[in-house]
Amino acid sequence: MELGIFLFFATVTIIAALMVVIARNPVHSALALMVCLVQVAALFVLLGSPFLAALQIFVYVGAVMVLVLFVIMMLDVREAARVRFLQGALIPGLVTLALLGAQMLLLLISSDRLSFVSTNQAPILKGGGLEQLSKTMFTDYLLPFEVISVILLVALVGAIVLTRSEVK
Amino acid sequence: MMVPLYMYLAVGAALFIIGAAGVLLRRNLLIVLMSLELMLNSVSINLVAFSSFQGEFRGQIVAIFVIAITASEVAIALGILVALLRNKPTLEVDEITIMKG
Repeated sequence: MELGIFLFFATVTIIAALMVVIARNPVHSALALMVCLVQVAALFVLLGSPFLAALQIFVYVGAVMVLVLFVIMMLDVREAARVRFLQGALIPGLVTLALLGAQMLLLLISSDRLSFVSTNQAPILKGGGLEQLSKTMFTDYLLPFEVISVILLVALVGAIVLTRSEVK
Repeated sequence: MMVPLYMYLAVGAALFIIGAAGVLLRRNLLIVLMSLELMLNSVSINLVAFSSFQGEFRGQIVAIFVIAITASEVAIALGILVALLRNKPTLEVDEITIMKG
């Protein structure tokens, strides 16, 4: 049962990701990316971390993708490019991707550390362990958390400065 | 029936390769940015899968940080995009050669 649900989510994820890369219109691409991100959130739920799934939907689908769609519609660049793919880079790019895929596949098949982890049969975290997670986040990871907030503030100010038109 | 770990890792690897294909092959700058999101998401899948299968939750914390960093990255990237389009109205990556790259 769980395997069937997982296979369904994984298939939709990969098809949506292919749509992102193949689609001619950037708006279609953005919508396919939204579908893909929601499916990834579903995978997070299957992995026993519902908090992260909610965060994924709030931040990615709710904020980031809406921002991207706003920019696409504001810039009025909807006319589809006649040439979707880079001309000179097609063959080297495909060779690089094939090499990358082969390496990843080889690592997945033959890594002995990976088989150690997967045969370890540790119980999957149920219920997310949200209390433990927040305790660890605000004790052990307090400094990275603060740094992240400063980075978000810098990004906010930077985006405003970059997009402001010159008024003098 | 439990889903084995390598299936999650395979989904992550497939998403990463598709995202890399978008970054390397597409001409539209917006789609290159969206493919970057795909690659970051595949990394989060791997982190959460390992943390869940080891009964640990530190991977989830790193995934939260990845999401926060991605939000700021998108804000900055779209800001640069808008500022670039004000000077040169094109979105094709091979026509943006202001810095002679």
